[in-house]
Amino acid sequence: MSPRPGFVLDVDRSTPPTLMWKGESFGLQKLPTGSRVIYAPEPFDALEDPETAIREALENPTGDQIPLSAQLRSGMRLTICFDDISLPLPPMAAPDIRQMVIEAVLDAAAAAGVDDVVLIAALALHRRMTEPELRHALGNRVYDAFAPHGNLMQHDAEDPDNLVHLGVTDKGEDVEINKRAAESDLLVYVNINLVAMDGGHKSVATGLASYKSLRHHHNPSTMRHSKSFMHAPDSALHTANWRMGRLIKDSGVNIFQIETTLNTNTFPDSFQFLQKREWEWNLRDRVSFQASSRALDAAPKKMARQILQGIKAPHALRSVYAGEVEAVHEKILTDVWAQQGVAVEGQTDIVTMGLPYICPYNVNSIMNPILVACLGLGYFFNLYKGKPVVREGGVAILFHPTRPEFHPGHHPSYIDFFEQVLTETKDPVVMSEKFEEAFATDPWYIHLYRTGHAYHGVHPFYMWYWCAHAMEHLSKVIIVGGDPATVRRLGFHPATTLDDALEIAQDTVGAHPTITHLHNPPLFLSDVT
Amino acid sequence: MSIAQTLQGRRFFVTGGTGFLGTALIERILRTIPESSVVLLIRPGRRTTPMDRAMKEIIRNDCFDRLRDELGDSFSSQIESRLDAVAGDVTRDLLGLDEEGLAKMSTCDLIIHSAAAVSFDSPLDQAVEINLLGPSRVGDAMAAARELAQVHGTNGPQHMIAVSTCYVASTFQGEAKEHLLGDHRFDLDVDWHREVSSARRLRDDLESESRRSPVQDEVTARARRELGAAGSHVVAIRAEKIRDEWVKERLVEAGTTRSQALGWPDAYPYTKALGERALVEQHGPKSTSPLPISIVRPSIIESALSEPVPGWIRGFRMAEPIIVSYARGLLKEFPGVPEGIVDVIPVDMVVADIIAVAAHGPADKEVAVYQVASGVRNPLRYGRLVELVQEWFTERPLYDDQGQPISVPAWSFPGRGRVQRQLKRATSGIDAIERILGALPLRGRQATLSAELEERNTIAKRALGYVELYGSYTETEARYRIDRSLALFDALEDSDKATFAFDPGVIDWDAYVSDVHLPSVVRHARVRTTPGTQVMADRQDRGRAAVLSPDRQLAVFDLENTLMASNVVDTFAWLASRHLPLSRRASFVADLVKDGPQLLALDRRDRGDFLRSFYMRYEGAPADQLRADAWELFSEQLLLRSYPEGIARVREHRKLGHRTLLITGALDMVIAPLAPLFDDVICARLGEKDGRLTGRMQELPPIGEARANVLEDYADANGMKLSESVAYADSASDLALLEAVGFPVAVNPEARLALIARRRGWLIEDWHRAKGGSSRTFPLGPLDAKQPGASRRISRGVTR
Repeated sequence: MSPRPGFVLDVDRSTPPTLMWKGESFGLQKLPTGSRVIYAPEPFDALEDPETAIREALENPTGDQIPLSAQLRSGMRLTICFDDISLPLPPMAAPDIRQMVIEAVLDAAAAAGVDDVVLIAALALHRRMTEPELRHALGNRVYDAFAPHGNLMQHDAEDPDNLVHLGVTDKGEDVEINKRAAESDLLVYVNINLVAMDGGHKSVATGLASYKSLRHHHNPSTMRHSKSFMHAPDSALHTANWRMGRLIKDSGVNIFQIETTLNTNTFPDSFQFLQKREWEWNLRDRVSFQASSRALDAAPKKMARQILQGIKAPHALRSVYAGEVEAVHEKILTDVWAQQGVAVEGQTDIVTMGLPYICPYNVNSIMNPILVACLGLGYFFNLYKGKPVVREGGVAILFHPTRPEFHPGHHPSYIDFFEQVLTETKDPVVMSEKFEEAFATDPWYIHLYRTGHAYHGVHPFYMWYWCAHAMEHLSKVIIVGGDPATVRRLGFHPATTLDDALEIAQDTVGAHPTITHLHNPPLFLSDVT
Repeated sequence: MSIAQTLQGRRFFVTGGTGFLGTALIERILRTIPESSVVLLIRPGRRTTPMDRAMKEIIRNDCFDRLRDELGDSFSSQIESRLDAVAGDVTRDLLGLDEEGLAKMSTCDLIIHSAAAVSFDSPLDQAVEINLLGPSRVGDAMAAARELAQVHGTNGPQHMIAVSTCYVASTFQGEAKEHLLGDHRFDLDVDWHREVSSARRLRDDLESESRRSPVQDEVTARARRELGAAGSHVVAIRAEKIRDEWVKERLVEAGTTRSQALGWPDAYPYTKALGERALVEQHGPKSTSPLPISIVRPSIIESALSEPVPGWIRGFRMAEPIIVSYARGLLKEFPGVPEGIVDVIPVDMVVADIIAVAAHGPADKEVAVYQVASGVRNPLRYGRLVELVQEWFTERPLYDDQGQPISVPAWSFPGRGRVQRQLKRATSGIDAIERILGALPLRGRQATLSAELEERNTIAKRALGYVELYGSYTETEARYRIDRSLALFDALEDSDKATFAFDPGVIDWDAYVSDVHLPSVVRHARVRTTPGTQVMADRQDRGRAAVLSPDRQLAVFDLENTLMASNVVDTFAWLASRHLPLSRRASFVADLVKDGPQLLALDRRDRGDFLRSFYMRYEGAPADQLRADAWELFSEQLLLRSYPEGIARVREHRKLGHRTLLITGALDMVIAPLAPLFDDVICARLGEKDGRLTGRMQELPPIGEARANVLEDYADANGMKLSESVAYADSASDLALLEAVGFPVAVNPEARLALIARRRGWLIEDWHRAKGGSSRTFPLGPLDAKQPGASRRISRGVTR
């Protein structure tokens, strides 16, 4: 049976309650009659022979690029960059797609006698990956061949000795990226295009850039003019990255772009019910739901987190293209939309979303309140093309416990951001002017980013800017089940139940609002007309 | 002639000027008697001149605000020309006056002796020296001054007024007239010489007993219990203080016992009574060296009725602690009979009486006694006082720490015994809880709680003391006649009757208590009179503002439990287990746990020995491996156990341009990843041979009081002032470090430090691990992702 497309369900009296994520647990939520629920398309089938598909892609490049093997020769400098821990979500079951692609590239390099090969995790300002994380992404064979010799590196946006300034775009944007990558004879970038935002020129221009370069597009104004960044033509973020990417290309950096799409098979067998439509749950799904939701509710928070963070997704390779950046990206976008696109007719007064336990920045970590805001308003809100699912002046209702918990090793500057910045302002523009620089240049944060596993000092600002478009668009954000003090600190409204939240929303959207629920994950992109 | 005219241009010699009555007296003399001048007898301070002390402790008091306003710009010049001070002490023969001092005394016309040990808990010997021998010593000095004056052809002092107390009349029932003691048929014939020598001998005996076993041992043990491993010097200082207190307590007790045996409620009236007797015996009309003497005996002196301003009061007087304890809900009942009389007299009336006596001059061939009291002429009934206090605090309640109003209990006039029993039960209950809390390893909020309990205990104990004392005063059924004072008052000119009012008949008690006295008591008691938690926050904010002022120069931090919940044992456990395969972990943990109690005991006894012995476990460990692993330890473990507020504070100091210094017993390699947070680090280092650690420390890191010395050297070397420095620490063992700086901060203090910090008003910070940070109690390193061939062992502790 071929996978069914995504669709919009109209809730009537016979509709069973909807699965609702609430951070590290989930439950069933009865939605008001007349609400709509958007369901993702079912996962496409996996490619039968991914290894062959990858090899073929490398040898039959897309766009204006020559086959990989033709570019490899002894004595050359080869640098392979790859997406970091933030992709895919949840992390995929071994073997990771990066491992498969990189092994293919390395085989070709070995065959051509290339010995100067370096791997670089394209962190941008993300935290450095740990050894187990790198081993998972690359496989033990690759790790053990590169790491002990110092040939497995993690991009350091604060290492002046390993950055190179390639020039300034016609809009005055500095382009400064990883020196080793820029000065290699060939730069291979291995992407996982989880959503439409990923890949393209953003890979190198963002993933390998310095703070000096990133700040030109990671700022409130760009974010407000990215409507949304899931659709490049409407995204100022992408326009900037494309300008930079072209400058990088023009300055002679030879990029061999590899992009991949995965199907949306998000949860392993035991959690299959999480990606099934509720009225199709069989006995096993019901039992699994009861058992797991109760276990998660009863378990200590830390244990619940461990259980969920331990989930490895059975994502499978769906398509792979290699070659010239823009040509490759265009093809991949078609595939991403094919797997994730859902046509949605008309906007709604209220959008509801259950926020799961994971977002790109808390893999093996804690979803702190700022990340909660970012996941809801930065990511889920922006998963659209055309116009947002919720109308301008509408209300977003998020479900999440929003506890004031932080990972002090991964998110040290978030703690101070929460205590020092959000207590003074919630306005992205004000904070960017008043606080950003101090956080971005703080030597202690830089020390932790470079030597530990901490996100860069400026990262919480970026998370907040990520929400800027939604904050401007919405008149109210309500978090159901959120810790009241924390939710207020974020500038949102706490509510205990959906009914409370609808009551709170009433003064903005009236007594009979239209409601649309995003049944996400699995991920989907709304094409709103 | 009016009083002012009579006394115009006179020079007064005054003792006890820094006291409540003395301050009011000096102010009134200078303000109301033209061209008068005052010579004060002041105990010399170690670094201050008598005049400095006079300015600081008397003239700066708000008592002088009125005069300051009246005189305006000429205030300082007036004070300078009319006020003088000589160094001396009423506990020394001839008041310890030097030649110059005696010469100054000889230029005075009048002597007013108001110095006294009025506190109910004065040690017996001190009360004897001041109250019993003081007046005759003043007499001796007056005689000497008169002789000196004659040599110079002048008269010298012509009148001595000794301030005593009505309560010298002991606790007998009936009317106490303005008679000298010994004139009454009930008066005991006590030999005051004997009392003096016994009191002195008792002091000597107790002093030597306290220096011997078992007292000395107990005292030292208690100091150690209180401070732990703070260092021998700090413990010694504390032990000396406890020993002093031990001696003092016994002397206070002895005073009460002796006084009550002779019929006085406590040592104050007893020593005052004998003091009067000694004065009369030595300088009375029948003595070999007769002097013109008058005695003024006030009852219980309370806040001013109108001069210099209504409600003026200095220090914490007798009734205030009880009133405040009641208003704070600590004292539920107060003993006394409703129809009993509380003999209170406003301070300005006592002052007026003294000045009127001065103007009137001494009686011929007699020591005239003037009593100034309200009980006979205008009695304040105890029941009425209670009603007034109750009404007042019902309308204007005090507020507790949570900002909630405290409701005052209804007073039921129980007997004194019952109240004492109640209070004792309360204090012994608190004592017991406190002992238990003190023995528990509490930190942060709980520790602060026990400190609060201790504070309540102190207040309750003080209230108990006052109840014991004050109770006997309210139960005194003597009626103090004031006929002579009244006659003196009646003879005054009409204008003086207004200016120097001391007829207690004019007092409207209701108005006095509600509008004058209670507002003043509350103002002085530093209690919360507004709702909300703002006050606490304010105090904390002020403390933080002081610590983070740009004027500060240096901020020094302890590490363990100040910046992170970690210690040398768990960092060792992590590092030593880092490359240990799963199969060997259990025995490793078992080994370490087995040694636990021994380690803990050693740590309590001597931190230096502990570190020395514990670090031996690192013997033979590969140094480079450890250095590499330490970074992982830091981000996987230490950072997760850190207090983000603490880390933020270090950085805040640096941003303000303060130098920051970490002092810790942790190993240099362990804290290497943390080092960039500070400007400088002082820590432990282990020796290294052939790439392996020797387990021996190259130098002992500063511990306990040595930290204070190191800090001092560091500040000196960097040209910084410790008085402008801040120190953060969590335990009483860092007391020396905290005491060394101008701005100590107790972070998550354990119980003993919490107590000390609270008593001294230090800033207390409650820093937490980030919610979500690690909480593993026994942290082991992660298993190697892929086990290398053979595991590398880093320590003896593992191979054993």
